Amino acid sequence: MTISRREFMKWVSATAGVTAVAGCATTADGSAGRVVVIGAGYGGATAAKYVKMWAPDIAVTVVERGAEFISCPISNLVLGGSVQLKDLTVSYDGLKKRGITLVRDEAVAVDAVKREVRLAGGAVIAYDRLIVSPGIEFMYNTIPGLNNADVQGRVLHAWKAGPQTVALRRQLEAMPDGGVYALHIPMAPYRCPPGPYERICQIAHYFKTAKPKSKILVLDSNPDITSKAGLFRAAWNGAYKGMIDYHPNSELVDVDVKTMTAKLQFDNVKADVLNVVPPQKAGAIAEQAGLITANNRWCGIDWTTCESTAVKGVHVLGDSLLAAPLMPKSASMANQHAKVCAAAVISLIKGQPVNQEPMLMNTCYSFVDDKNVIHVASVHQYSAAEKTMIPVKGAGGVSDKASELEGLYAWGWARNIWADTLT
Amino acid sequence: MSVRHSARAAFAIFLGILSADSLAQDANAARNLAATCFTCHGTNGVSVNNVPPSLAGLSKDYLLMQLRDFRDGKRAATVMHQQAKGYTDAQFELIAGYFAAQKR
Repeated sequence: MTISRREFMKWVSATAGVTAVAGCATTADGSAGRVVVIGAGYGGATAAKYVKMWAPDIAVTVVERGAEFISCPISNLVLGGSVQLKDLTVSYDGLKKRGITLVRDEAVAVDAVKREVRLAGGAVIAYDRLIVSPGIEFMYNTIPGLNNADVQGRVLHAWKAGPQTVALRRQLEAMPDGGVYALHIPMAPYRCPPGPYERICQIAHYFKTAKPKSKILVLDSNPDITSKAGLFRAAWNGAYKGMIDYHPNSELVDVDVKTMTAKLQFDNVKADVLNVVPPQKAGAIAEQAGLITANNRWCGIDWTTCESTAVKGVHVLGDSLLAAPLMPKSASMANQHAKVCAAAVISLIKGQPVNQEPMLMNTCYSFVDDKNVIHVASVHQYSAAEKTMIPVKGAGGVSDKASELEGLYAWGWARNIWADTLT
Repeated sequence: MSVRHSARAAFAIFLGILSADSLAQDANAARNLAATCFTCHGTNGVSVNNVPPSLAGLSKDYLLMQLRDFRDGKRAATVMHQQAKGYTDAQFELIAGYFAAQKR
């Protein structure tokens, strides 16, 4: 290898910025760099773990407002009655055992120039690299009758696993046999494409034995079932035949809570239990930090690093992203974004080259009853030409049919992703 | 030590870092690819309750054969025949090598 002295010096000065970061970071805490993560869901918790596991000399701090991790995947089974919320709740102790600092607070502001995060409690945390995994925020302003806290406590979304999941189960339990449950599904993209249709299966599974005279209405903004359509239809026309009315192209205009009515463009639909999943956008901190780049809703990133296209030094993960073609907003994806991000953040802090060929793999399981499961899978690779992740042709697919074997694998997926994300 | 001498010493150190970096980069390529499997098969291929199976510490040849058999439809599967089609032979080599080197 021959490098002239002049070329060598040019290269040294070109990398000086990076060297300076690595150098100056060995300051107060003696670490190789400081990474702060906002949000400890599937994206943020995984990113924190992997930065620490792959580079123990980097100091990692996670800001999370929740006391424990509650999984959205599997939470529809709480509505079906075969699982309790505690079965999908995981402690954050595993992250602490890895030497990650957990701060229970809410990030309210990011100063990307000073490289600081301000918390609701008043504390300020400095970072070299910030990872924001804010999840989703509901766009209640698009549904006037839902735009107040009291109504939101009665017309539930149950689209963030937690108290609302349990509250919706109570509403279903309190509903008389012969009642009507209606679910409104927003226009894609939204968190977990197959989730609403799995929810319909779970509630049908519950009604079938507990309240067999009851009806289920699906008010879908989309023109058709958005994921695993044939497989869900098979379940609805099979075990749940006659229980489910599916209405495509049914965008919600408003809600009247007094009469529990969903107002559609050409129709009003009354229900005993009205469950509205509102349209969604990136979580609030993404907006405050100036990370939203598309349709006032989603965050654009460089897919080799997950660094924001709008704000330098800030990386974004998970459901808040402007998704790449055919990439779902799923837990698997958030967990996989986080590993690409962690590898890149470490490389950037240490002045090493960033992987230019990242890959992501998605597997989403849906329970059609308490045991039988279907999946959709895909593999995505970075295209330098298109500057996005594209699905690998010929890879991926869906189940042939629902099976108990896939039920075992779905639970295997859940237990492994919880461990991979949180321990 | 002359200026010229120390510059040469610095150069040697930099070359050292360079090659260490490119080695690290190769190791990371295998790690980064294998990490796409961790979501279902567990961190570093150590699976909770062994469902789906742990991959850590299995022989590289065995892992390569399974990946190719899944891809080519010679081994029946629920998901793996679809996922295995997303990777090249060169990527299979890296992935199998990574898991073979992990502790069980």
